[in-house]
Amino acid sequence: MPFFVYTTVFLVIPTIVVVVAAFVSEGRPTLGNVRALGNANFLTAMRQSIILSAATALIGAVVGAILAYAVSTARPDGILKRFVTSLCGVLAQFGGVALAFAFIASFGAQGMISAWLKKAGMAPSSTLWLYEWNKGVLLVYLYFQIPLMLIVFLPAVEGLRPQWREATETLGGTTWTYWRRVAMPILFPSFVGATLLLFTNAFSAYATAAALVSQAQPLVPLQIAGTFTSETVLGQANIGKAMALAMVVVVAIVMAIYTWLDKRSSKWLVR
Amino acid sequence: MSQRAAFRRKQTLFRWVTVTAVLAFFVLPLLGMLDFTTKVRRGGRTLATWRTLSHVSEISTRYPALKEGFLASLGLCVITVVLMLALLVPTMTWVRLRLPGLSRTVEFICLLPLTVPAIVLVVGLVPVYAWVFYLFNESTLWLALAYVVLVLPYAYRALDAGLRAIDVKTLSEAARSLGASWFTVMWRIVLPNLRTAVLSASFLSVALVLGEFTIANLFSRRNLQVAMYQLGKSDAKISVAVGLVSLVFAFVVLFAMSFVGSGRGGRRARRAAAPAIPAASPAAAAAKES
Repeated sequence: MPFFVYTTVFLVIPTIVVVVAAFVSEGRPTLGNVRALGNANFLTAMRQSIILSAATALIGAVVGAILAYAVSTARPDGILKRFVTSLCGVLAQFGGVALAFAFIASFGAQGMISAWLKKAGMAPSSTLWLYEWNKGVLLVYLYFQIPLMLIVFLPAVEGLRPQWREATETLGGTTWTYWRRVAMPILFPSFVGATLLLFTNAFSAYATAAALVSQAQPLVPLQIAGTFTSETVLGQANIGKAMALAMVVVVAIVMAIYTWLDKRSSKWLVR
Repeated sequence: MSQRAAFRRKQTLFRWVTVTAVLAFFVLPLLGMLDFTTKVRRGGRTLATWRTLSHVSEISTRYPALKEGFLASLGLCVITVVLMLALLVPTMTWVRLRLPGLSRTVEFICLLPLTVPAIVLVVGLVPVYAWVFYLFNESTLWLALAYVVLVLPYAYRALDAGLRAIDVKTLSEAARSLGASWFTVMWRIVLPNLRTAVLSASFLSVALVLGEFTIANLFSRRNLQVAMYQLGKSDAKISVAVGLVSLVFAFVVLFAMSFVGSGRGGRRARRAAAPAIPAASPAAAAAKES
């Protein structure tokens, strides 16, 4: 069937190429590429990538979950809900370069919000913070992580039945009891699952970071892209493949945990 | 009763405070874009950037790269959608009818791109594309082959929901027993019944292709996003304006799509469309898996 031929060529073969080429250099099998991952540059990028992804995933998950709950209390067919979900769909999915531009236009040296802050006397001494991975990039990543959380988490929040709250109240429970003993235990697996998805999303994001950071290569995707432009250096391309393999390994671990959690959380929520 | 009412009021207040706060965070940078494109150096406002943008001929002469990227993106959209439908609809129908044992495999393959970061896909695609460019030509449009893989998970989710809502087996058996060929079954029975699902799968694919940057940039091909990115270095205003337009356009498409399901299509259409809208994100598509 054409489907299998096609996916083999454009999905399976690339994956195999990454895995195999990570262990090959100039036609001979070697561990050199993988060993090259031990250099300080890559390890820093990896550490920063993981910290950035984890931080934005956690913050995004908490804020996104609160927003999802707030939206879920609105009328199901109302304008508010459609508006918020559509906006979130765009920001979570479509963004990339445009989101980076939005932040440069707002927080850059000439930006609108920078001007407001200056007027309020709270302007930072320079606007370079915007281009640093643990400040500006983190903020921009939140700009697509929170919307993603809303989209992923909304079905779970909507799975909470009003009857459960009523049952709690009939049995004499307060709002706090309801959240602590009923809603949170039910939502917890979905929440953790969604957080993991946010992590992989941030971890593999490239466009936003590329448009924002032009000097250094503080994150793994940027380093991989860097090996493309400097292919003249001998063996660089295959080091890129080893880096790609490292990314796949991280994502695979996260996804494995996610699949396991998803099985547990779908027990309670009829989707 | 009054306790209930008080609870309602509190909930409404909480909803508006939260939504307003978060929306402010979402909308402020977009306003920043608008502000940036209309500003002149010593205070004051100008619409010059927008005037330029609304003149098609002026754009194509002053920013040929932008025109080239835009046209390339449009072409990529069309090819990706056609290829995706040609690949997925017959396969998924066939698997549903004849090879239900394979459905897990197909689903796994379709959702696989969610776990492989685009940048990793690029790394792996280098040798494949070396052949493509060598055998054919260096046209940007060949990127559509890779984009089909990118949109697989979203398209799969949308089409799967559509197929679930109709009784493919009865329909195709009825058509077959009336003497229709398999092609006729596909073209005149399955496809029309799936139109809502096909529509939402296509919209998602278009949105995704218009927003694609990673693969095009790393293969040094120029699509809309890459053109925007490159232009950002020389003429920031116009590229920020294009960015804003693209975001607003995508929002309008998604917002309109959220009404498609609840229109006159009836219950079946709603059931087919409902899962497709959260599927606007990869994670939602995966989260829907049960």
